Amino acid sequence: MSGPILQVRHLEKSFGTHQVLRDIDFEVEKGEVISIIGSSGSGKSTLLRCINMLETPSGGEIVFEGAPVSYRPKDKNYFRSKVGMVFQSFNLFANMNALKNCMIGPQIVNKKSKQEAEALARKYLKLVGMSAYRNARPAQLSGGQKQRVAIARALCMQPDLLLFDEPTSALDPEMVGEVLEVIRSLAEAGITMVIVTHEMMFAKEISSRVVFMDAGIILEQGTPDQVFNHPQKDRTKEFLSRYR
Amino acid sequence: MQMPTTFFGWVSFLWDKYWLDFLRGLGVTLELAVIGTILGCLIGFVVGIIRSITADRGSSPISRSLMAAVKAVLAAYVEIFRGTPMMVQATVIYYGTMSLWGLDIPSFAAGIIVLSLNIGAYMSESVRGAIGGIDRGQLEGGQAVGMSHGQIMYHVIMPQALKNLIPQIGNTFISAIKDTSVLNVIAVTELYFAAKSVTGTYYRFFETYLIICVIYFVLTFTMSRVLKVLERILEGSRNYELILDDDDDAEVTA
Repeated sequence: MSGPILQVRHLEKSFGTHQVLRDIDFEVEKGEVISIIGSSGSGKSTLLRCINMLETPSGGEIVFEGAPVSYRPKDKNYFRSKVGMVFQSFNLFANMNALKNCMIGPQIVNKKSKQEAEALARKYLKLVGMSAYRNARPAQLSGGQKQRVAIARALCMQPDLLLFDEPTSALDPEMVGEVLEVIRSLAEAGITMVIVTHEMMFAKEISSRVVFMDAGIILEQGTPDQVFNHPQKDRTKEFLSRYR
Repeated sequence: MQMPTTFFGWVSFLWDKYWLDFLRGLGVTLELAVIGTILGCLIGFVVGIIRSITADRGSSPISRSLMAAVKAVLAAYVEIFRGTPMMVQATVIYYGTMSLWGLDIPSFAAGIIVLSLNIGAYMSESVRGAIGGIDRGQLEGGQAVGMSHGQIMYHVIMPQALKNLIPQIGNTFISAIKDTSVLNVIAVTELYFAAKSVTGTYYRFFETYLIICVIYFVLTFTMSRVLKVLERILEGSRNYELILDDDDDAEVTA
């Protein structure tokens, strides 16, 4: 299949009278690694949450692999099973160990057998370096470990697109490295990803495209070189100046 | 026949003469409390779970309005049963079914119905609270892997909520043991009813009621100890073991 994996068309989102996203148009091609940067409150996370329909958009549409996604629960659940999401606060299932966290999606959503689900879970836990901790419950893991398990859980669904919502913002500086390392290896493997992040160096290094958001709109986007080294807009320059 | 003259004389006299009646009453009390708590918890879980579902914008208008109607009925049920005394509910249900529909339900069955509905109303609120107390991230984590609301409830939210509800279920059971005593108004032959019958013969009120007071206390105290132990077992170990083995190398592919 050709064409973009995901298209966001004229997306609007308001909380009450407060408009958070205005007329967002945005596309993701297969194999792209897109970083969304911008100051807090610019709508980055909301955009990502709207893409996965954790927030119901106020207007516009999401087109996934050529077909618009409806709000019907069935469609929404199918769409979410194809689009992985990694949260800032991990959101691992507190009542399951690392292995079960990874198995449950494949088992009950993708209807895989227990053996298949376990094989997938072991494979991806190994990939994120958490194999040895598969018996541990989330409460027994450090932040960085939790986030790596959360990434494995998302990968076990074998998604066409992976969304990261500030995956390292809740971690201390030493743990940020281990999580970024995992994301980097996924980028190298050609997995399509959209990453909301405040890690500018990381965004610059791994992205194929960088999107700068400000006050609910996409102000500027382009290759990392274009956005980071030759920003066009004053607001972008101002934002980036704080990170040098 | 020689009548006892001292207080403890009376107590032991009444016990010797009526111990079988007290134990029969105790049996009925326990039966009521156990069945009432089980049914009440089932009702409470169903009602609590339904009442904590938030409307999905994507559902069809028909299913949404059906849901709203069901929720309104359940809200009325909870308010009515929490807002009226159980003793009154018992009489209303027992005599009401008789005069309205000519139904002559056995008083034991009526007692079970009243107790279950009562416990259900309170339990549903606890269930709702326990569900609401689970971090929203758990729901979103489930949504993110494409699980349906029901699947998230069953596999993720309820197991966690249930753990927090266990002390509450224990409390409910202990309250139920005591609450059964009001069912004597519809002639359920539980422990209090047994005592009331005994007082009718010798008019020794204090002695008789003191006996069942002790029985109630021994029962609830034992239960609360048993529940403590149960809670500790259910809590499980806080330890885990690292599994240091080498399965074959993983590889990512897009």
